[in-house]
Amino acid sequence: MRVLAALSGGVDSAVAASRAVAAGHDVTAVHLALSRHPQSYRTGARGCCTLEDARDARRAADVLGIPFYVWDLAAEFAEDVVDDFVAEYAAGRTPNPCLRCNEKVKFSAVLDRARALGFDAVCTGHYARIVDGPDGRELHRAVDPGKDQSYVLGVLTVEQLAGAMFPLGDTLKTDVRHEAAARGLAVAEKPDSHDICFISDGDTAGFLRRALGDAPGDIVDAEGTVVGSHEGTYGFTVGQRKGMRIDRPAADGKPRYVLDISPVDRRVTVGSREDLAVAGLEGVRPRWCGPVPEAAVDCLVQVRAHGDATAATAWLDGDGLLVVDLVEPILGVAPGQAAVLYDGTRVLGSATIDRTVPAVVATPSTVS
Amino acid sequence: MAYLDHAATTPLLPEALDALTDELGRVGNPSSLHAAGRRARRVVEESREALAEALGARPSEIVFTCGGTEADNLAVKGLYWSRLAADPSRRRIIASPIEHHAVLDPLRWLEEHEGAEVVWLPVDRLGRVSAASVEEALAADPSSVALVTVMWANNEVGTVQPIEAIAAAARRHGIPVHSDAVQAVGQLPVDFAASGLDAMTVSGHKIGGPHGVGALVLGRGVEVTPLLHGGGQERDIRSGTLDTPAIAGFAAAAASAAASLGVRPARTAALRDSLVAAVQAAVPGAVLNGDPAAAGRLPGNAHFSFPGCEGDSLLLLLDARDIECSTGSACSAGVAQPSHVLLAMGADPDLARASLRFSLGHTSTEADVAAVASAIGPVVERARGARLATQRH
Repeated sequence: MRVLAALSGGVDSAVAASRAVAAGHDVTAVHLALSRHPQSYRTGARGCCTLEDARDARRAADVLGIPFYVWDLAAEFAEDVVDDFVAEYAAGRTPNPCLRCNEKVKFSAVLDRARALGFDAVCTGHYARIVDGPDGRELHRAVDPGKDQSYVLGVLTVEQLAGAMFPLGDTLKTDVRHEAAARGLAVAEKPDSHDICFISDGDTAGFLRRALGDAPGDIVDAEGTVVGSHEGTYGFTVGQRKGMRIDRPAADGKPRYVLDISPVDRRVTVGSREDLAVAGLEGVRPRWCGPVPEAAVDCLVQVRAHGDATAATAWLDGDGLLVVDLVEPILGVAPGQAAVLYDGTRVLGSATIDRTVPAVVATPSTVS
Repeated sequence: MAYLDHAATTPLLPEALDALTDELGRVGNPSSLHAAGRRARRVVEESREALAEALGARPSEIVFTCGGTEADNLAVKGLYWSRLAADPSRRRIIASPIEHHAVLDPLRWLEEHEGAEVVWLPVDRLGRVSAASVEEALAADPSSVALVTVMWANNEVGTVQPIEAIAAAARRHGIPVHSDAVQAVGQLPVDFAASGLDAMTVSGHKIGGPHGVGALVLGRGVEVTPLLHGGGQERDIRSGTLDTPAIAGFAAAAASAAASLGVRPARTAALRDSLVAAVQAAVPGAVLNGDPAAAGRLPGNAHFSFPGCEGDSLLLLLDARDIECSTGSACSAGVAQPSHVLLAMGADPDLARASLRFSLGHTSTEADVAAVASAIGPVVERARGARLATQRH
């Protein structure tokens, strides 16, 4: 096959590319330039957008003896990932930009261009497995549970999956590092990237404040009583406990959590841990990595990148919304995150969480 | 493999390789007084004489540098500083906007850090700078001008400038004039004395010589402030131990280029013409950039825009077919920017991004042209498809 290997400059994508080469494919490397100002994104060696990363990626390609190009995807990335990220926060939701990047950039803009140039697949260092099932390709969790990235790939359609290659899905991260060292790849010891690649200093709140400006408002409890203030609703995520300026302690003395974010009236509503419990959710923009389910399916649902999957029943309602009924309530489900549905280890599809159904209908406490 | 990127670097000429490798095995610092030093000094001075002869200059006018970029920096900054030191009102520099980055970036740096004011000359759609525009820029206020710098021939689109007329205009006002002749040497007759220039940049690896060596040809009596201070080599203008092997290789290449000036450029131009014809036959929409007239263009240069394509895609697809060429544009972190040369010539940014430079030289063959002729049609078609597949709505 003719394979286009996306090299971030990190160890995972370098080993993925080396495996594609070892498997006998005709491999060409590209580094995606995602920042309009390469030096202004992350500094240091942890991210994926620095000049140093571009150099590391080129060096890996040289060691593998494959052609290397830089593709400028800055405009696509700014529009589809960064602008979307800011807009989602502005709307009171908590987006996952990695998902959006996979959906719109890596397996859309890059894959489309690769296919048009005659490549059969785009190879990345994601930890997920592609399995040939009875009805075609299936996306599964990686064998390394600590590194599994199937959640951020849960937006891929069958068509996108057909052009994807994830050579690391059946390998432990420690083995990937050993393999990098054995193959002479200098990035073997490079630290993992964790934070959001386009926020160089890791200060998401500061980034959003610069993008959206100060928008001070009230923090209120379930009864509407003002208990504190904030500088902008975009600083909050449903389920968050820390980092709130609350002047009045709760009557029961227990910690309070963010229950709801309303940017229109600049209100952040807080309440008890019990009030966070969610019995179900609705998701918009469902995407299926396989056949569209015609009836309700019993499945597992995962609602954030690093979290457990929980038993649920899911179906599409007449308006194209994904409705998910949870068998047991779960806590801290943030609108804007993806709900990814699994059948065992297999990804069925996903949707963006739009609203949640509280497990306990809030009853106003009696005022004495 | 079809190597069609001679404007980036050229394969070593056999005589340059011999001169280089002969010297690599020998010891001697040309500044030393003992026998080993004297022997090395003799090689350097004979090389200086050979290079001067090839360039129509006097041996004492050759200042060896580590390459074209250093020579350009030395000329632009060195002339500016020395002129400013003599007369604080001389802050204007008259320059073309299609210079190589080794001139362009020092100019911008002087503007940002040293109080210079660059007057950018107009460029026509073929990439030509007129002597009349230089005269006009000078005449506005000659007493405020530090220097004029205009390249002899453009590295991207190959346009040759009327350098003698430009130098004559500057001379009438007594203003020193520099020209980057890196691409011109070996392809065009370059005679420093006849040109009327005060300073001229040349480079080893663009003419079949080794990398890492170049020279600033600097007229006698032209003052430049040094960039490198140290042992006082090269008339105290450029300190640093001279690289005897590289200098020997450079001189051998320059002598060879000068000796074959009657043959090699004509042969290269004939191959280039058949490449241009083949590309235009295979891709009817292809636009030849630069001056279409043979006299106005470097013999090895063929520069096209392929509407509807990304230069990047063309490069990747040709590379996969063992054809090596260039988008001819500057890179930052490897990201292709639309060429400042094409933009200055009035090309729209889309067309500038769709460009590709084939540059031929002494090792080019009919087989190279045939390889391009058979590949370019399908490659352009595929690159157009890729552009359509990824176009933003």
